[in-house]
Amino acid sequence: MLRSLLPLALFVLLIGFLAAGLNLNPREVPSPLVGRPAPQFLLKQLHEIDKTLGPADLKGKVWVLNVWASWCVSCRAEHPILNAWSSDKNLFLIGLNYKDAQNDALQWLRRLGNPYTYSVVDRDGRVGLDWGVYGVPESFVIDKKGIIRYKHIGPITMEDLNSILKPLLAELEGESA
Amino acid sequence: MKRVLTVVFFCMLWSFAAAKVEVVEFSDPEDSKRYKTLIKELRCMVCQNQNIASSNADLAKDLRQQVYQRIANGETNEQIVAFMVARYGDFVLYKPPLNAKTSLLWLGPFVLLIVAVSVMIILIRKRKIQTTSDIDDEEIDRVRRLLDNNK
Repeated sequence: MLRSLLPLALFVLLIGFLAAGLNLNPREVPSPLVGRPAPQFLLKQLHEIDKTLGPADLKGKVWVLNVWASWCVSCRAEHPILNAWSSDKNLFLIGLNYKDAQNDALQWLRRLGNPYTYSVVDRDGRVGLDWGVYGVPESFVIDKKGIIRYKHIGPITMEDLNSILKPLLAELEGESA
Repeated sequence: MKRVLTVVFFCMLWSFAAAKVEVVEFSDPEDSKRYKTLIKELRCMVCQNQNIASSNADLAKDLRQQVYQRIANGETNEQIVAFMVARYGDFVLYKPPLNAKTSLLWLGPFVLLIVAVSVMIILIRKRKIQTTSDIDDEEIDRVRRLLDNNK
């Protein structure tokens, strides 16, 4: 009896492994940067090119870096959610405009709304490389000490926002600088 | 028909040429060899199942450029690989290092082999015991007596 059930048990186990594997998203590669200090940069701002901004200016704040581009299709899907999120008074959302043309980026924000507290320009993608960006959109949550605490790959959905990002930001706000 | 095939053939040649990566030049042939090995061993994070040598993705191009510049600046292979791993994690390597996280990947096949061989040995031993115990001494005596009676 036990003998004849063994192949069935092995089969069910195999199916279990395969099912788990199918439900994983191969695009979500864990970033080695989570738990590490945010890579430094000093980039020109999109709206005022004579001004710069970098993580050093944001020390002591909980902030979110959202990597986006006007040529990125998923960014368009994400944009209304960022717009809705930007009504939160405490939110410090920095847009990293990645490998984009300045005019296209400005036009995009004019037309679809600007959810960003500040926007910075990464024209050649050099900063994106330091942050391990391999697909847009990507979002990073940085705590008051300047440590990357979370990375979201792909467009943020309303569910991600309410179940992961908002609670995380509230928790990080409570931490001391 | 032959002419059509010839045209198709040349079209294919063209697409191969278009897929080729940009030409880089090193003064030292040793560096050129290092460049070729490194871009073969680094994964393209966008296309995932291609290395950066064979990918046309924009990011792969950037990474090839990084590898080229770093070799030209005199960095060692280890330094370049460390630069990539710090940003993209072990996943960027086609040859993952042996550490606590990847131990299952490296040792799993050997564990499975040991399990399979042990099961095989157990099954073979069991079968041996069965064949020897099928006929006991008493039966052998009976067979002998029967054979003797026929003489």
